[in-house]
Amino acid sequence: MTITINHFLVVSFLLFSIGFFGVLVRRNFLTVLMSVELMLNAVNLNLIAFSSRLSDLTGQVFAVFVITIAAGEAAIGLALTISLFRQRRTLNVEEASSMQG
Amino acid sequence: MTGAETVPGALLTGAAGWFFVVFAVLALGTAIAVVVAKNPIHSALFLLSSFLIVACIFILQQAEFVGAVQILVYAGGIMVLFLFVIMLVHQRSVRETVAFQHQWDIALLFLIAFLLPFLYVLWTERFPVVAPNPDALRAVRGRIAGNTQAVAWVLYRDYLLPFEVASVFLLVAMVGAVVLGKRSAEKVD
Repeated sequence: MTITINHFLVVSFLLFSIGFFGVLVRRNFLTVLMSVELMLNAVNLNLIAFSSRLSDLTGQVFAVFVITIAAGEAAIGLALTISLFRQRRTLNVEEASSMQG
Repeated sequence: MTGAETVPGALLTGAAGWFFVVFAVLALGTAIAVVVAKNPIHSALFLLSSFLIVACIFILQQAEFVGAVQILVYAGGIMVLFLFVIMLVHQRSVRETVAFQHQWDIALLFLIAFLLPFLYVLWTERFPVVAPNPDALRAVRGRIAGNTQAVAWVLYRDYLLPFEVASVFLLVAMVGAVVLGKRSAEKVD
């Protein structure tokens, strides 16, 4: 089985779109954050694939930074979740709509 | 090791290619399970397995350092954070609620319409053929030293400024998370 860069791009894009669907559609705010992590994972897959194809370490260094930023963003998002839960007693994103309209 | 020189533009051939197919199917399957599961604990566990499978794909691509960092930081750090928060905000009634918002069918339709042209372009795009040199991912000053040493050589010399900025970012994120997670002194009515 010969795997080219196109296989990697398709898998990475499918992973990204699954995460994208999760962000758009899930009710629970924690699952929305998990879908964001899926999207970041897909981007890392893309970076590593191109780094391997071009024999350049820049892609791998970039992927390390993406993981770092994802960790920081997950921490902030989870602190926001706790704060939201303390104020509204719910994690339903459809009920956190006081700024709507 | 991967025999990539025989076919132009190939990244993985033979048995390694089949490993990639298995890992890719598992990664997509666990990702769909993350999005579809009703219980957030199930979503978290499927996400954890998705991280481990993507780390396997990284190691298959001679990115051993990034694979190890993925397991340490994502699976060992971020998922622990998620599980702690799920434990703190867990409600008994979470099992009876619907998983998706009310617009999920239209969103799925738009997603598939958005997906198909991109998939066509990504599948048929021909990139210029570059001779692969897997030793470049492991070489330090001309000698083969391992992927971690090579990444460290590049990270601490060419990308030192982004590295320091990343550490400041982590400090800011830590302070922000503590401030946001504190109980406020006055009650909100």
